[in-house]
Amino acid sequence: MKLLYFARLRESLGTSAEEVVLPGSVTDIRSLMDWLSARGGQWQQEFSGNRPLRAAINQALANESATVQNEDEVAFFPPVTGG
Amino acid sequence: MTVRVQTEDFDTGAEIARLRLARPDTGAVVSFIGQVRDLNDGSRVSAMTLEHYPGMTERALEAIVAQAKSRWNIFDALVIHRVGVLQARDQIVLVVVTGAHRGEAFSACEFIMDYLKTEAPFWKKEQTAEGERWVDARTSDEEAKLRWKEDAA
Repeated sequence: MKLLYFARLRESLGTSAEEVVLPGSVTDIRSLMDWLSARGGQWQQEFSGNRPLRAAINQALANESATVQNEDEVAFFPPVTGG
Repeated sequence: MTVRVQTEDFDTGAEIARLRLARPDTGAVVSFIGQVRDLNDGSRVSAMTLEHYPGMTERALEAIVAQAKSRWNIFDALVIHRVGVLQARDQIVLVVVTGAHRGEAFSACEFIMDYLKTEAPFWKKEQTAEGERWVDARTSDEEAKLRWKEDAA
């Protein structure tokens, strides 16, 4: 899976993109966030649900129960502020 | 091309003229320009940087325009959004909507901006005297979007 991070989240995590292979326990956005949170430190800070976060699967907004697969591009970012 | 994401400035007059003249049955042209303010949340803003998600940004904007076109009887809609470093008084965003009559064009233009504010993946970082800061999303923008769900189109 290709993971992307944007804006404040990208700066906090110190990375904008990575390739990962999902364990069997990760099936949706919620369990993906739990898996990333388990890395500890800033990852735990950002993915434990304390800060507002949005997710996109293959470049379309997705909610926490949306299914994810290894072939997907998944992005996490703060609520958007364009316009 | 109905959606453009670019670093360079845009010529509002030329863009409006192009859409206005495209069809002789056009009777209404509505436009919105967003501009960088020099003040936000009590701090002087010297500049801002707009980050986006290349690929998703264009898809999100195209989906918003498509929704507007299916919901209102309009002829065409254009969205230009800038990214990169912008200064106070720079233009950020342009929305132009054409139609036969003003009512539907006004509604479609507002709808596009309300959805752009809450669904298009752009993020603003401001440079102020106190340092850099990411702009927080406003709940008023989410509320502005919700009104379109209550209305019967």
